[in-house]
Amino acid sequence: MEVVQIQRRLVDYTKSLFMEGFLDGQFLQLQQLQDESNPDFVVEVVSLFFDDSEKLLNELTIALDQPNVDFKKVDGHVHQLKGSSSSIGAQRVKNVCIAFRNFCEVQNIEGCLTCLQQVKQEYYLVKNKLETLFRLEQQIVASGGSIPMIEMGF
Amino acid sequence: MTDTFEEKRKDSVGREGTTIGLFFIRLLLNMGGGCGGDSSEEVAVDLGYEPHVLAVDDNLIDRKLVEKLLKNSSCKVTTAENALRALDYLGLGNDTPEGTASKVNLIITDYCMPGMTGYELLKKIKESSVLKEVPVVIMSSENIPTRINECLEEGAKMFMLKPLKQSDVKQLKWNFMKCRD
Repeated sequence: MEVVQIQRRLVDYTKSLFMEGFLDGQFLQLQQLQDESNPDFVVEVVSLFFDDSEKLLNELTIALDQPNVDFKKVDGHVHQLKGSSSSIGAQRVKNVCIAFRNFCEVQNIEGCLTCLQQVKQEYYLVKNKLETLFRLEQQIVASGGSIPMIEMGF
Repeated sequence: MTDTFEEKRKDSVGREGTTIGLFFIRLLLNMGGGCGGDSSEEVAVDLGYEPHVLAVDDNLIDRKLVEKLLKNSSCKVTTAENALRALDYLGLGNDTPEGTASKVNLIITDYCMPGMTGYELLKKIKESSVLKEVPVVIMSSENIPTRINECLEEGAKMFMLKPLKQSDVKQLKWNFMKCRD
């Protein structure tokens, strides 16, 4: 496939992620921070996010599986996940975390379990999307092209 | 010239040797030594003044982000993952060895941290005769007016909402990092 075609695909794909709410403006901030001194910045930070999130999701699963749930502990983990997802622009994950924290506050176990399921779903979705995005970028670079800057209307 | 001696690099708290080394480098540069013929006045200007910022946050992703934001604004950055480590780095900790306190031009700290909060860290800094003049900025992901007021009343220069953006850091630099000590 021609470089130009992959570049086109990347632009369209990225735009769709914004349109569908998977990513928000904070992701653009990350991309703008990347420069020649740190050309893999976005991939590095997002990889940290993946590792961190998977640990947190594990902790959450364990914490919510206890006979006496420690809601403070659960809230602590969700707070971390909300922070990280917000910082990289993973909007849908962040939004579930907000609802999740509300359920923690009122100690609603059912609500928490539902949110856990939802946040896992959203996390794996956005992980998949971002990995696809990075693969497209790699293809472009491997073909000698440059990554196009995305112009967003907002 | 600055790149030779003071590359923009990250110091993790715990590498004690480097902070003493940097102190001496600064001292040498201030004396106008080793700068290829520049007068000491020109050296001071050529340094382009890289402010040294201590960034405190328990979240790894946020630490990486704030570090990059600050480095992109030509700041030298040291990060700490909690308030106790920050205090130790600043020379206010119980375990700080003699003579290793580091000088920073700005401290930016998260509010919500396990153990000592950013607010408690702010108080400790303001209680210190050595450090009370260092501007402290508090960050939080939550917009809670009582929290904001509490921090400003305790002497925080600014309260910023996370996630931080480039425009936030530019504002910081302009407001708090123009002048030398």
